[in-house]
Amino acid sequence: MARKATTSRRLVMTFVAYTFALILFFPILWMVITSFKSEADAIALPPKFLFFHWTLANYIDVQARNNYWRFAFNSVALSFGSTVLGLIVGIPAAYAFAFAPTKNTKQILLWMLSTKMMPAVGVLVPIYLLLLQFHLLDTFTGLILILFLSNLPIMIWMLYTYFKEIPHEILEASRMDGASRWKEIVYVLSPMAVPGIASTVLLNIILSWNETFWSLNVTNIHAAPLTAFIASYSSPEGLFWAKLSAASTLAVAPIVLLGWFSQRQLVRGLTFGAVK
Amino acid sequence: MRLTKALYAGAFALALLSTASAQSLTIATVNNGDMIRMQKLTSDFTKANPGIKLNWVTLEENVLRQKVTTDIATKAGQYDIITIGTYEVPIWAKKGWLVPLDNLGADYDVNDLLPAIRSGLSYNNKLYAAPFYGESSMVMYRTDLMKKAGLTMPKSPTWAFIAKAAAKMNDPKNGVYGICLRGKAGWGENMAFLTTLANSYGARWFNMKWKPLFDGPEWKNAINYYVNLMKADGPPGASANGFNANLTLFNAGKCGMWIDATVAAGFVTDPKKSKVADKVGFALAPNAGLGKNANWLWSWALGIPAASKHVAAAEKFIAWATSKHYTELVASKEGWARVPPGTRTSLYKNPAYLKAAPFAQMTLDSIDSADPSMNGTVKKKPYIGVQFAAIPEFEGLGDTVGQYFSGALAGKMTVDAALKQAQDYTTRVMTKAGYIK
Amino acid sequence: MATKQTQSAARLLAAPSIGLLLIWMIVPLGLTIYDSTLNYTLQGNPVHKFIGWTNYYYFVTDPAFLTSIWNTLVLVGSVLVISIVGGTGMALLLDQPIFGQGAARVMAISPFFIMATVAALVWKNLFMQPVFGLFAWIAHLFGAPPIDWFTNDPMIAVIIIVAWQWLPFATLILLTALQSLDLEQKDAAQMDGAPPLSYFWYLVLPHLARPATVVILIETIFLLGIFAEIFVTTGGGPGQATTNLTFLVFRSALRDFDVGGAAAGGIIAVVLANIVSIFLTRLVGKNLEG
Repeated sequence: MARKATTSRRLVMTFVAYTFALILFFPILWMVITSFKSEADAIALPPKFLFFHWTLANYIDVQARNNYWRFAFNSVALSFGSTVLGLIVGIPAAYAFAFAPTKNTKQILLWMLSTKMMPAVGVLVPIYLLLLQFHLLDTFTGLILILFLSNLPIMIWMLYTYFKEIPHEILEASRMDGASRWKEIVYVLSPMAVPGIASTVLLNIILSWNETFWSLNVTNIHAAPLTAFIASYSSPEGLFWAKLSAASTLAVAPIVLLGWFSQRQLVRGLTFGAVK
Repeated sequence: MRLTKALYAGAFALALLSTASAQSLTIATVNNGDMIRMQKLTSDFTKANPGIKLNWVTLEENVLRQKVTTDIATKAGQYDIITIGTYEVPIWAKKGWLVPLDNLGADYDVNDLLPAIRSGLSYNNKLYAAPFYGESSMVMYRTDLMKKAGLTMPKSPTWAFIAKAAAKMNDPKNGVYGICLRGKAGWGENMAFLTTLANSYGARWFNMKWKPLFDGPEWKNAINYYVNLMKADGPPGASANGFNANLTLFNAGKCGMWIDATVAAGFVTDPKKSKVADKVGFALAPNAGLGKNANWLWSWALGIPAASKHVAAAEKFIAWATSKHYTELVASKEGWARVPPGTRTSLYKNPAYLKAAPFAQMTLDSIDSADPSMNGTVKKKPYIGVQFAAIPEFEGLGDTVGQYFSGALAGKMTVDAALKQAQDYTTRVMTKAGYIK
Repeated sequence: MATKQTQSAARLLAAPSIGLLLIWMIVPLGLTIYDSTLNYTLQGNPVHKFIGWTNYYYFVTDPAFLTSIWNTLVLVGSVLVISIVGGTGMALLLDQPIFGQGAARVMAISPFFIMATVAALVWKNLFMQPVFGLFAWIAHLFGAPPIDWFTNDPMIAVIIIVAWQWLPFATLILLTALQSLDLEQKDAAQMDGAPPLSYFWYLVLPHLARPATVVILIETIFLLGIFAEIFVTTGGGPGQATTNLTFLVFRSALRDFDVGGAAAGGIIAVVLANIVSIFLTRLVGKNLEG
């Protein structure tokens, strides 16, 4: 009897959960559907949900205007570059904070987070001039540095919370074996922290991929990522809903797919030390 | 058609991968229809100039202006060709930030440029940007609905007539609104229209001592007229509608009248884009009986920043993109109605164009009658420009004042409150900038 | 606890990140403070005169200044409430034993991956556009006049868009926390026949307090800087209805091209953000002991 009750309850809960999940997902779904419509169908009333003439014309138009692959490649390079840099600098720091905390550790971590509070637009001109002086405008190096530094506090904090949960005894044991500190990090600590590091990497890639202000303002051609690609569609051009949807779909597709494939990892890993 | 597009896409991809040794020009441009068409047609240029490679930065107008201004003011030299308007040219030329365009080639025929447009892009009688297209503003209306309303549009209507016609054509139940006008805040959006409206009512932004004049009756009458008209006979969401949104509405058959850029005429009469292509009539921008029509003057033009390292190649490209040859190229590929209008006298003498573009004469008359000089308003003003004042502060001013008027249109504040805030804000800015001592 | 040698080694390991972040903080901050005292506009006089507090005076007395602070608080506060409440609800649903949990989860967290510009463009054009938008059609179905979002309820429209992006983030973190509530506890509660409500009230909610503070901390940092959504949809208007502090600074920097004024605005924004962060630190500090 109890079993039956659970099954029907389960069905009801499934229905409710799917309803809300669908509501959240619908804007994305609608964007993708619209991207396959003709412009006339895109603004047809009543709206056409599935039964219309599906076409790739918008994608061809969008590609003819801007080479999507170049922007996509730049997005990948920038988010991976900044993430790798972040790991190289962030893991040792998080390790130090987790395993040799002082009374200032918490203050330092919070100070790091507070560096994210400066509104980027207030410092645009000084930073722009600095980049100009060092010939870093519209270069990978310039933008990777900015993305790396602005996400570093979050990375360190995340990594710190994972490292803190690793029992000290394991490290003690390895130290007894005479492992150097570097080896300790690479061979003992990192493997144990892999789930945490993976989540950190994912979050950092998502944040870098979607960064809008710097990526638009300090790049032009060579380092312009997908956020710049979409910027040429941000004002309407007559009938343009379908084209806009196609460009939007292209801009978000890689990161959404990455998110989907790694959702298990994200759901397990995004704790920020909040779970005991 | 689709195949050619795919081919272009392929060609672009190849062009990007190859020829690292070639000179490459970086071109910053705005995402409007004519510019995007130019991008698609550049194989004609690159074939003739195999040593030059083109990189496009296509951006929405506001973002474009942010990036181009930052670049040129810091002399970063990231762009070789920039798309700018009649607003920037006098300011930047004076600062020495632009290369004077003296070397556009023997066959360029600079004297063929329309005088109003040419003077708007010149400083000390030297051309600093070549017009890609030029525009004024005029009335576009639905001939069928006008007939149904039992009215006839005069060649040069008054604002009173426009209000009467809008009331008669308004039929929101059937999704038709009497009139569509710009409402989206921005110096190049609602303020372009509102400043010309106010000009026709005898208003100016500043008196000869740079004192703002929003506290006078001229502005008050103009803005009251606008808000009342739009509340009675405008579409919903008008305060968010810019040029493109109104174009969409008009093309979908939702507007009885629309007062906007003359270039729109080419789009609303294009049967591929417009549901009402065969039912559009044109008239001069309205007046209030004071001898000034409410039409502006604008040109999107191509210029070369002084910091560019490829001036010779950039000149070549500009000469190509703004030449008679380019006009003919567009005509041969897409028809005469699609060529960029408003730049050359010869175009308006071309029978093929006059036949394909029923709006040609009205466009020319509108452009010819626009006067950006200091004597262009009912009373003399201290600045150049019809729908703007060519001073660096104007962009920010126009945007903020545009927000107030957009707010008044949305019903967020009264017209009087909007005018008072506009007056106070403009006074502040002009004081900080040192115009008002 | 840790030996002296460990301590110095730790310092060495933390040094690069601390050093880099110090530079990343001090260089822009220093330049900004310096610029904020100058009469420095991009298209103005190339000689930048020292003008003391003038830029600060003009920024603070801007008619939009107080409105923008209020708007910032409304925006951040509303999105926090929506994402915490909605995120908790969504997380609880997804934690139930339902069919096809993975697919539901994927759909619910997807908006978090969408870049701000795209989110704003899609909502603005495909949904909230008052003539062709989907919402207008839905209103029409019920015989109601379409809501003209960006004219009549611009702030609500912006809040909807931003909350849509951040609710999934809250869901993600809260769901993670829920799944760590171990099964034994859940079973025990069920065995005791504890009514679902008290189970929720006494066991689940306290467990979610800590992750909720984390959500608040991280979201606040990002929400204080919300810009793209406003830029794309309302441009801060109509009037000043959606101008937040970041947008006001943007206006000085990239509309007036007033570098000095924007610098002063940036410094004021930093000061205000740090006041907020002091409160946050207290809140989080308490909840993240140990």
